[in-house]
Amino acid sequence: MDKRTAVLKKMLKLWTLLVALAAVGPALAQTAPDELVRQISNDVIDSVKGDKAIQAGDVGRINALVDSKVMPYVNFQRMTASAVGRYWRSASPEQQARLQQEFKTLLVRTYSGALREVKDQIVQLKPMRSNPADAEVVVRTEVKGKGDPIQLDYRLEKAGDSWKIYDVNVMGVWLVDQYRNSFAQEIGSNGIDGLITKLTERNKAAASKG
Amino acid sequence: MNARGRLLSAALVLAFATAAGAAEGDAPDDVDAPAARQSDGQRADPWEPFNRKVFQFNDDLDEAIVKPVAKAYKALLPGFARTGVTNFFNNFADGWSAVNHLLQGKVASGMEMGRRFTWNSTFGVFGLIDMASEMGLERQSEDFGQTLGRWGFASGPFLVLPIFGASTVRDAIALPLDRSMTPGALVHGGSNRLAIFSLELTNTRADFLAATRLLDEIAFDRYSFVRDAYLARRRNLVYDGDPPELPEAPASAPAK
Repeated sequence: MDKRTAVLKKMLKLWTLLVALAAVGPALAQTAPDELVRQISNDVIDSVKGDKAIQAGDVGRINALVDSKVMPYVNFQRMTASAVGRYWRSASPEQQARLQQEFKTLLVRTYSGALREVKDQIVQLKPMRSNPADAEVVVRTEVKGKGDPIQLDYRLEKAGDSWKIYDVNVMGVWLVDQYRNSFAQEIGSNGIDGLITKLTERNKAAASKG
Repeated sequence: MNARGRLLSAALVLAFATAAGAAEGDAPDDVDAPAARQSDGQRADPWEPFNRKVFQFNDDLDEAIVKPVAKAYKALLPGFARTGVTNFFNNFADGWSAVNHLLQGKVASGMEMGRRFTWNSTFGVFGLIDMASEMGLERQSEDFGQTLGRWGFASGPFLVLPIFGASTVRDAIALPLDRSMTPGALVHGGSNRLAIFSLELTNTRADFLAATRLLDEIAFDRYSFVRDAYLARRRNLVYDGDPPELPEAPASAPAK
């Protein structure tokens, strides 16, 4: 091996290291909440576009997609707790875990219905008005395709160095608000276990229908 | 206005008067029922028993006639033809949206919707092809119910109308005017009107088949689900997607 090759190899190594650092750098630095939402949205849309099984409504694949691309950025415990409202504290840890599990299944089904409609949409961020120092922010986006643009907003909370989503607004309806009433009704008449049973039944019925 | 329209208006005026009376006599509900706190949706729905009956009637009508017809329509007509029908009705709505933008003082978006309407009516062959969207002029729908809301009219109680479905007193008052700007109302002759309205209804229902299937799967009680979503969405539309927070304390802060 002559000297020039050795120098070249060294330079190449250095170069690779620099590229690797450049790629990792932004991920390590704190991502702004709107940038995070943009990344997740684009990531999900691209995955759906490249996956025939998801477009056909394959629940297993959709679950895998949600678990890998979305759930790491969601505070699902907070989401469930807000939907259950003031009854959450009186639920045992086991009940809380069951509630989260069943609520997630229910929401993923809602989500998979929407994913099936993904074709040539793009997600656009709307200007943020929040203060950079805020611990909770709203990121507003619009899904543009055919017809009226679809409003899709997110509430995010600061979690250490990153941000986590804890509520979603679809066309003007906040998901947590939407479920809070029906959850409260069910708990009021049949208790927390009644709500768990109801959610489980709902999920089973939908799963058996395919 | 035809006889049914007059009847509807009379019923609405009556309903409005009752609502105004009821609102005046309302006691703060935390005094009335401290144990069972009402949700926003329930507070806005003093006529729930009546509304549920109409909701059930609409559901029965849907199961028996509207949905089967819409399914057949969807199976028979190719996609581009249904898109053409949707575009045609949307184009009329766009023209009316332009007027409502202007009535709300939103000149820029009003002009944009006006341009949509002109482009699609001419180059889009009477609205059958949505040329404007291809050119980047996007739809921003507004109806007279939203205009009334923007002018400061409260939505009033929730109201389920036969055939038209979820509404509020305010939106129901606006509805006759909104409907008068649709192709069905602008054409002459009762049977023509009925035919065009039936086409509009069938086509709209066909567009929503997937959505209502989803509704069955995710809602515990379809009535309250539809009610709460309708009220939230309309409020959101009145404020153009950015409504102020409701004064109620969020449930994430438990009372006890």
